[in-house]
Amino acid sequence: MILVIAEQKDGAINRASWEAVAAAQTLGGPIRIAVIGSGATAAIGEMAGAKAEGVLTVDHAALASYTADAYTHAIAELVTAQAPDVVVAAHTYQARDVMPRVAARLDRPLVTDVVGIQAGSPPVCVRPMFQAKLVAEVVPVGPAPHFVTVQIGAFRADSAARGDSPAPVTTVDVTVPADAIRQKPEPPFREAKQAVDLTQAPRIVSVGRGIKGEEHIQLARDLAASLGAELAASRPIIDAGWLPSDRQVGSSGQTVAPKLYLALGISGAIQHVVGMKGARTIVAINKDPDAPIFEIADYGIVGDLFEIVPAMIAELKKA
Amino acid sequence: MKIAVCLKHVVTRDAAVRVDETRTWIRDRDASFELNEPDAYALEEALRLKEKQGGAGTSEVIAVSAGPARVTQALREALARGADRAIHVNGDALARADASVVGKALAAALKDEGVDLVLTGLQSDDQGFAQVGVILAEALGLSHATIVMEVQVTADGLRVRRELEGGWFQWVAMPLPALLTIQSGINQLRYATLKGIMAAKKKEIRVVEAPAGLTPLVEIRSLAVPAKQKQTRLITGTAPDAARELVRALREDARVLEGGA
Repeated sequence: MILVIAEQKDGAINRASWEAVAAAQTLGGPIRIAVIGSGATAAIGEMAGAKAEGVLTVDHAALASYTADAYTHAIAELVTAQAPDVVVAAHTYQARDVMPRVAARLDRPLVTDVVGIQAGSPPVCVRPMFQAKLVAEVVPVGPAPHFVTVQIGAFRADSAARGDSPAPVTTVDVTVPADAIRQKPEPPFREAKQAVDLTQAPRIVSVGRGIKGEEHIQLARDLAASLGAELAASRPIIDAGWLPSDRQVGSSGQTVAPKLYLALGISGAIQHVVGMKGARTIVAINKDPDAPIFEIADYGIVGDLFEIVPAMIAELKKA
Repeated sequence: MKIAVCLKHVVTRDAAVRVDETRTWIRDRDASFELNEPDAYALEEALRLKEKQGGAGTSEVIAVSAGPARVTQALREALARGADRAIHVNGDALARADASVVGKALAAALKDEGVDLVLTGLQSDDQGFAQVGVILAEALGLSHATIVMEVQVTADGLRVRRELEGGWFQWVAMPLPALLTIQSGINQLRYATLKGIMAAKKKEIRVVEAPAGLTPLVEIRSLAVPAKQKQTRLITGTAPDAARELVRALREDARVLEGGA
């Protein structure tokens, strides 16, 4: 049996949990989907629409807001009682916080950030390594359950099979001792409203580490102006304070799908790629021929952006 | 406050990685290694916390690394930047060990140190499982939080700002002892000064052997260059020639230079 741990917040299922269901369904065995929380009725109803043997609701007042301690306790107890072969979750920030702790408590393997799974005993997991310059086939060792988290976007949520009738819903009791919870969470919040909506831009010029210094941002801005494009950046540029955070593309920034995405000195780390791989035409200019950005580029130039970009600006002025 | 910071020594970020003859690891015999960049932010945060807590005398930063002899280089770097002492958990097999083995090896070295706070980077630049910190927290029985953007020391322990997805954040309070995994980029890294490098030579690096009998829970079956997802057209030539051809291709072939969305 495959156990999917679905993630919900205020009763809304995280879309990535459907990707986890899609990944679990490729393994071929019976599937149960667990919804953890307190009074998450809408989330339970949504997951019952999946083609699955059943939906398990783990409902406890201590699970109303996420804490690492309470969720570790509840999931470890659930997994022990259900004894699945494989536990699948989406590689969300919450899963990154809790799943390693659950697996460690049960002393079982966890393979994270998986982009493909081949059924088997044990299942063979495909995942990036070495900054996504290489791809590895990785297997969990030792007795089940084996834990797997799947990279966001690696499986399609809309490909998850839906059942002909709602899956039966069962309540699973867990004990979460109040004194076991050390973290005290405050309500989640967002920073000030974003000023730039990159999602509507037809063309984007995006800069990464290869731009080297704040004084060179103007070069990228000039190219953007010549192309009628918005300027964006990968995370290191935002962290350095060279551009404001509303210009960030990637898992912690905006997700964009413009006609043209021109990546200047961006290596193509997965956290960036998930935010722009939907662009129609991707251009990569990078001095490192092994940079993973070239894997997804339609056009690539291996070379010095400080020579190529001025030449592009000059060329665009000609017409 | 006694702070331990866990550092991995990884193959250089810009290195051209090539798969070795076993097809399960990279050719690392001649490779150059460096301090795992995400861990550098954890080290910086540890040094800043120490300084805020009153500096030497009241606080201590211990740099810890699990790996073969070469990881001493990362520990020296940490000592030069301001860590007070270091622990090297020694073992050749740790170079490519999984998160469970590394986490347990670090736990064995730290269990009798009585640290208040353990910091790690978000993940390693090599295997990138993003698990060692949390596994270590479980092994030591510490409270933990991951992907931390800001750390405040309070009367009751810590208040930390966690990054959630899509621009959301959350403050979480917890008692000490605790373990935090630090988000990259949360601070500006300092570099070692000549004075720091000289001072580091006198600082202790204690070597402890990795505990025997740690068995991996994850095995790498194969490692390969990823298959192309797209047919990439590489444009070559001098910069002016390549630029001219790229602009032509974007205009005439891809037709993406005119109009709106």
